Amino acid sequence: MELFTHRYRNVSVLVAAVLAQLLLLGYQIRSREDVPLVRVWVVTAVTEAASLVESAAAAAADVARNYLWLIGVREENERLRRQLDELKLESQHLRAELARADRAEALRLFQARTPSRTLAARIIGAGPVLNSKVVFVDVGSRHGVEAGMAVITPAGVVGRVRAAYPTSSQVVLLTDPSFAGGVISQRHHVQGTLKGKGVRLCTVDYIQNEEKLEEGEWFYTSGDDRVFPRGLPVGPAVVVRRGRLLKEVLVAPSGLENGLEEVLIVLEGVHQPVPAATAPAASTLRLLPPPPADPLGAEEQGGPTASLETDADRLRERYRRIGEAQGHTFGEGLPGSPPPDFTLEVAPAKPGSPGGAGSPPPAP
Amino acid sequence: MRVDSDLLANGLGRPRQEARYHQLKLVAVPVAALVFQVYVPLVIVYLGYLELPLLVVLYYALTRRRQLASLFYGAAVGLLQDALSHNPVGMFGIAKTLTGYFAAAASFRFDVDNPVVRFLLSFFFYFFHQFLYWVLTQALLAQPASFSLQQALMLGLLNGAVAVPLFHVLAKLLGRG
Repeated sequence: MELFTHRYRNVSVLVAAVLAQLLLLGYQIRSREDVPLVRVWVVTAVTEAASLVESAAAAAADVARNYLWLIGVREENERLRRQLDELKLESQHLRAELARADRAEALRLFQARTPSRTLAARIIGAGPVLNSKVVFVDVGSRHGVEAGMAVITPAGVVGRVRAAYPTSSQVVLLTDPSFAGGVISQRHHVQGTLKGKGVRLCTVDYIQNEEKLEEGEWFYTSGDDRVFPRGLPVGPAVVVRRGRLLKEVLVAPSGLENGLEEVLIVLEGVHQPVPAATAPAASTLRLLPPPPADPLGAEEQGGPTASLETDADRLRERYRRIGEAQGHTFGEGLPGSPPPDFTLEVAPAKPGSPGGAGSPPPAP
Repeated sequence: MRVDSDLLANGLGRPRQEARYHQLKLVAVPVAALVFQVYVPLVIVYLGYLELPLLVVLYYALTRRRQLASLFYGAAVGLLQDALSHNPVGMFGIAKTLTGYFAAAASFRFDVDNPVVRFLLSFFFYFFHQFLYWVLTQALLAQPASFSLQQALMLGLLNGAVAVPLFHVLAKLLGRG
């Protein structure tokens, strides 16, 4: 027995360790409860460390930009080149600052305009799972954030809060495979369920083939999921095709298009109507100008063949010529009078001879 | 260096050169790897393809050459990683427990100081770890996760290539002795 336990000690411990974790997993899955203490400790520690790293990186970049690059300049040429590089960097920096200020201003305006009560947050970390779409934001339960709250930007829906920790929160993006939410299309009011796929595009499931939906039609949150208030933009349908039973619809999330730096967390959502779809204005149809007149053609001046655009026009013109060649005027003969001989060939109208009506028909 | 007479007596052929590490560094390095995995992909997206916590576990298992220590180390790092993920705690834990155990077992059979062997083992265990995680996701969570063989192989090559110089850095950081 002792030999057995000694010999299989490693395997026994391995099996015990795996079983213990399986039991832990089973408990969480079955009871739908988490192990919050572990997560709180780890997330707080790691996100604080990530914040420190970010601050240190910013400070180091600041020191390098403000001091290190300004010393040691000896030759004029190098000094000028360095100044040029510095100006370029500054320009890039200012552009980035300007873009950031624009985003912050847009966020602030949107926050003031939307009836929902929101809280601004900054992205400070990404999830550790390959293909998972999870980020961490720098506000948590101390700021009033709770699990299940919607996360948005002025451009559209971003995701929802999965867990709120004291100083940070974990947000599942709508492209994550575990994400699902109710959506409604703008024009035809088709309802479906938005689901993440782990890639850039999301699917909208449960739309019958018979329902009408067009590519480019926007989807908005329907409010049915009790997470997102109704009326938030989600994104346009980029692919709409018939499936076996249900339509296959792919949506490009508009909230993730320009990257994520700042987001809003909806603390208290207020439903809004889905904006009405606007029909394309007539002026948006760009028509080509009419073609220029053919200088060689005489019949464009009002000649009978000027508008012979269809087979019916050409047939009508041929009958008119045949009638003229035989002295027959259509519409004037009495019932029973002989019709013109339609088997006669007449010469087609020549340029410069209006109508070509006087040309005699060739002998049959 | 410590020569294990039992192992020699058991005829496994290679004298065991175990590394011993400072406890504090053993904790700090995987935490740093996790911070790297959480923060750096925000700045450089492609670095998100590196599975640094796994490479740290692999380095520990291949150099420590103790199956029990490696499985517990793998479990600890995996559980830390789980705490940061949105999946239930234990998924990465199980995957890294098994990876640590088998990597330590493999260290008896191969010359793990050889860079080519390190590359191949890192490649293999990365693939093993990803496949195991996918199986667990499918079996336990019933999530519609997809497993791209091509992607896993490519990322395995990438992580294997990164593992070779990284192991040198870790040897200096952790201070073998």
